[in-house]
Amino acid sequence: MTKVTLTVNGRAMSGECDDRTLLVHFIREKLGLTGTHVGCDTTQCGACVVHLDGRSVKSCSILAVQAAGSTVTTIEGIAGQGELHPVQAAFNTHHGLQCGFCTPGMVMTAVDMIARHGGDLDEHTVRHELDGNICRCTGYHNIVKAVLAANEEMQGAARQAAE
Amino acid sequence: MYATSYHRASSVDEAVNLRSSHDEGRYLSGGMTLIATMKQRLAAPSDLIDLRHIAALKGITVDGHTVRIGGATPHADVASSAAVRAVCPAICELAAMIGDPHVRHMGTIGGSIANNDPAADYPAAMLALAATIITDRREIPAEEFFTGLFETALEEGELVTAVSFEAPEKAGYAKFRNPASRYAITGVFVAKAAGGVRVAVTGAGSNGVFRAETIEAALAADWSPESPKAASIDPADLMSDMHASAEYRANLVRVMAKRAVIAAG
Repeated sequence: MTKVTLTVNGRAMSGECDDRTLLVHFIREKLGLTGTHVGCDTTQCGACVVHLDGRSVKSCSILAVQAAGSTVTTIEGIAGQGELHPVQAAFNTHHGLQCGFCTPGMVMTAVDMIARHGGDLDEHTVRHELDGNICRCTGYHNIVKAVLAANEEMQGAARQAAE
Repeated sequence: MYATSYHRASSVDEAVNLRSSHDEGRYLSGGMTLIATMKQRLAAPSDLIDLRHIAALKGITVDGHTVRIGGATPHADVASSAAVRAVCPAICELAAMIGDPHVRHMGTIGGSIANNDPAADYPAAMLALAATIITDRREIPAEEFFTGLFETALEEGELVTAVSFEAPEKAGYAKFRNPASRYAITGVFVAKAAGGVRVAVTGAGSNGVFRAETIEAALAADWSPESPKAASIDPADLMSDMHASAEYRANLVRVMAKRAVIAAG
């Protein structure tokens, strides 16, 4: 067993695991953060997306030991005090989910996408960026709407802050 | 996944030493193929030597027209490099088409070429750009590096530290991708440089990435999207699977070459 220490959602956390333990299992089973989902087990569906040192990754395709010493953000870590993250709020408003299983991965992907594109997002780009996330309810239309709305909202807030 | 022991190397020397002391060990770069393969129990390395924390393996330098990309540089960094885009946008476009955003944040150029998946994108670029593959012990021309399906000229324990190439006058990449895996069913990279035209094909060859000499000759005579159309591509040398027959791939080679020339401008 190896002791893995990492910063998760701003808090230093650690746990013991085998070297072969996947990051997603470590997060769910050792740290008790079950918002991150295991969907496909074949690195395709994106339900397990978390941010590793600020970049979206599939936590089912990374070993927990690889992430030791890193900073991880999960779906539990993006909302403010008693307030949804703008992407979460937009998924709610635009009904960007049906069964909700893929939603944590979709939201984490959207947060990363909006940050990387600096507000310069259109429908085509959003759909391309969602390549790594599968929604088996096939609710993509509302997911795309939610991402675009969140992007607008966040850019508006950024503009206001700048003024 | 079978049990394995993890080691984190902080230098190239340390990585190579660790690897040489573990016969059944493997280098772990981004892990976007290796971890997935281990999950399926198709690979069972006794030890993993993590390369992601070796600073010397990361980063991109562009000096004039010479581009050097560190082996552990993720696809996302190549895709978003303004310096590379200024001299060879085709390689940025190629990197941006690999897998999905999450895979591009982890997967690396060194891992991709060392694995030499017959449907991977980078091998086509390396071959068409006449790149040099730099390892911990020597420099290998791309022409000699890719030797077959998942086979390379790398010796046991040899580590890809970087790739380097001269940016050509024009280059373009077009891929007909598998909609599920994002791998190339057929991908063609075209490059026009002072030394001539080079065209490399991935995803189609039954022995991995290859140069399409007939298309090279056609484009050398006339650099136009219509030139590849009449080039002869023998289906006997191509793969056939549930996604596409060899004959269909032969046609895709010509069509992707046309689109790559259009992309190159």
